[in-house]
Amino acid sequence: MKITMKLLATSCLTLTGAMAHADGHMANEMTIVSWGGAYSNSQQKAYHDPYMEKTGVNIINDESSAEAVAKLRAMNEAGNVTWDVVDVVAADALRLCDEGLAMEIDPDTMLAAAPDGTPASEDFGELLVGDCFIPQIVYSTTVGYRTDLVGDNPPTEICAMFDTETYPGKRSLEKRPIVNMEWALLCDGVAKEDVYDVLETEEGQAQALAKLDTIKDDVIWWSAGADTPQLLADGEVVMGSTYNGRLFALIEEQKQPVAMLWDAQMFDLDGWIIPTGLSPERQARALDYIMFATDTQRLADQAKYISYGPARASSAPLVGKHAELGIEMAPHMPTDPENAKNTFLYNYEFWADYRDDLDAKFQAWLSQ
Amino acid sequence: MAEQMLAADGRPLKASLNRALRRQKLRALALIAPLLLFILISFVMPIADMLFRSVENEIVSNTLPRTVVALEEWDADTGEAPSEEVFSALYTDMTLAAEYKTHTRLGSRLNYESTGISSLFRKSGRRVGRFDTDIYTDAFTAGDPAYGDPARWANWMDDGAIRTQLPKTASAYDDWARMIVEVEGDDPLEEEPWDFVFTALYEDANAGGVLPIAVDLSGVEPVSLRAQFSDVDDDWLDVDVWQTIKLYAPEYTSGYFLNSVDLMKTPEGVEARPENEQIYITLFIRTLIMSLSIMGMCVLLGYPIAWLLANLPDRTANLLMILVLLPFWTSLLVRTSAWKVLLQQQGVINDVLVWIGLVSDGNRLELINNQTGTIIAMTHILLPFMILPLYSVMKTIPPSYLRAAKSLGATNWTAFWRVYFPQSVPGIGAGCILVFILAIGYYITPELVGGTKGVFISNRIAYHISSSLNWGLAAALGTILLAVVLILYWVYDRIVGIDNVKLGG
Repeated sequence: MKITMKLLATSCLTLTGAMAHADGHMANEMTIVSWGGAYSNSQQKAYHDPYMEKTGVNIINDESSAEAVAKLRAMNEAGNVTWDVVDVVAADALRLCDEGLAMEIDPDTMLAAAPDGTPASEDFGELLVGDCFIPQIVYSTTVGYRTDLVGDNPPTEICAMFDTETYPGKRSLEKRPIVNMEWALLCDGVAKEDVYDVLETEEGQAQALAKLDTIKDDVIWWSAGADTPQLLADGEVVMGSTYNGRLFALIEEQKQPVAMLWDAQMFDLDGWIIPTGLSPERQARALDYIMFATDTQRLADQAKYISYGPARASSAPLVGKHAELGIEMAPHMPTDPENAKNTFLYNYEFWADYRDDLDAKFQAWLSQ
Repeated sequence: MAEQMLAADGRPLKASLNRALRRQKLRALALIAPLLLFILISFVMPIADMLFRSVENEIVSNTLPRTVVALEEWDADTGEAPSEEVFSALYTDMTLAAEYKTHTRLGSRLNYESTGISSLFRKSGRRVGRFDTDIYTDAFTAGDPAYGDPARWANWMDDGAIRTQLPKTASAYDDWARMIVEVEGDDPLEEEPWDFVFTALYEDANAGGVLPIAVDLSGVEPVSLRAQFSDVDDDWLDVDVWQTIKLYAPEYTSGYFLNSVDLMKTPEGVEARPENEQIYITLFIRTLIMSLSIMGMCVLLGYPIAWLLANLPDRTANLLMILVLLPFWTSLLVRTSAWKVLLQQQGVINDVLVWIGLVSDGNRLELINNQTGTIIAMTHILLPFMILPLYSVMKTIPPSYLRAAKSLGATNWTAFWRVYFPQSVPGIGAGCILVFILAIGYYITPELVGGTKGVFISNRIAYHISSSLNWGLAAALGTILLAVVLILYWVYDRIVGIDNVKLGG
């Protein structure tokens, strides 16, 4: 009996000790959720390290951005939100905002103004999608191709994707309707400004799928961003879509015989949200971090480590050289004028409405 | 009659024994109680909660309580959008929902059923606070300043007689006051009621309710809330939108289950989904067939290995056992990616086949991103789950039986088939159940190597849980999958008998 009592007492003590420990830590700790890999690395160097040095706050990284929406919803239902700041794509930010899981942001009071005094709302401009999203980078879904497999006739426009005669071989596309439906319509003769109007109609959706049908047997469908780089590196596909940063790494860091086709690249945004349901102290700390991490210099700094464009207009002139490769980063930004001759901006409103419907149709089409 | 046996303390022996037994049972129960509680709380309850979501649909009636009631009168067959009365209920509900920020949630929920409702709700929530209904507020406060006094309002709304005269106002005021406290953190005794409360008051007055202080409202030009809403978006006059709201108004819905078997709810009853949206039945059947083939492959490959393991000398068997267990110690993703390297068209296997001339360079085999890829990769991953139970059962079959059969004149085949095999059946049964049940719920491997034809129903469940947030549909799909497994288990029990399953011993 004595031993049991002792054991019990010890475990109680340990527990209270651990809890006190956790509390003590909480005061000076925040959990930031992001995507992992090279992207988290760029954030660590551009944002986290200087912030920790400046404030002494300890930042814990969690690489759960891919499941952030579902996890935040579950945390919110359980009444225990353990994340302080979460990195999500704009579409997810919109959903989190709709679900009441992300807090609303007033850019002009909660975000830093540009060095010349331009308020944040103007500096970010129309990239402030929805009421909760704090933009960080502009990235794009674009196409890379094997330079050694296309002969003397490298592709210059997106419709090469659908031209299996000139460019025989497999191509890789993402296993979801977004981007693919737009490209299909564009290459089926629909004018760029009409794409979403057409896609709203049943006939337009059928038209897009019919166009995709022409290359269905030649497509490897990917679901992870790393798939296309691997397929390109192994020569499995002659061209494939993926995020521009992945292609940059493949071309400039791994020196693979691959080139970018920037035509009809689909701009998308990635940025921060602050979850609802944080205690006032944690919320204040999260806001303080956001104020620091999304200022003009910090956003420009991130581009030293990864080829994604800063979301602030005022950051663009500050983009310098890659920290390790020493090459100028500006020409590798999706937003560079040379690359951005023909672009799409992800239509968040449209996809928020049509995503479920089109995804059902797309998946049914895929499995036929 | 035999004399009752007594225990040493003089009680009847039987009672005494029973007591001792009961105490033992209780003690045993107390010992497993922590585990039992743990399983209940961390396993059974969450699953039950998740499954419950497949029918739960309170969000519509919770967010739009007045609208749902008002909509009961509406008949969709008229082809007309509902009357002014429904829109006035919607106005109150929407204003409150926008404050609580639940309108967009409801929008996402209804968007699963009818495309476009998501943005309709988002837009309306943003605009509903700026409707032209402030003229009512102005009319009342101009008629008598008491209407601008929060304290007077609170007094009126405490008065049962006034409340019966002004039912809409009373209900709108109650919810407004709750919202002021909960959302704004203010005191309703210090805030003037919002426009929608005055709108309700005007409607009550128009319907003949007696106002606490009479006000002449004859000069007020009524605001059509129907027009206000349709100004925000024409879709509010669309019968389909209202039909969807009405159809999904009940607190429980069969909608998710219907969706998960490619049917849908319509006002006319249950109908099949359009052909270009049917997917789940195909996926269920595919999942079952492919899981069965993976199970079959595992038996074919696992049986000889298990036999070897059971019959080799211990040292060699141990080494082999490590090889069997090795995959367990490597990450699932690494193993799956390794299969990519091996199976792709420019991969190792194809390269070898081309090199030895079995396959021409232009006709490389497609071994991945299709069903073949899924079956190969999953058979590899699940093989240990077949080998281990088989091995532990085979270990218990005495080798002397085979020798006896042979000495009695049986050929090798007869001895195996008639003597050895029947004794190993419990192992096959256990292995099959393990592999099949694991296979049916897999989704990472099919996602990575399955292409379009090799994905399972679990991939859609994962999509709806983590991406589309349609947890109701995910729960319905999961419930069906669970039911299918239980039915198959029952069938198995009827045919083979669950007593015939052994994990060893």
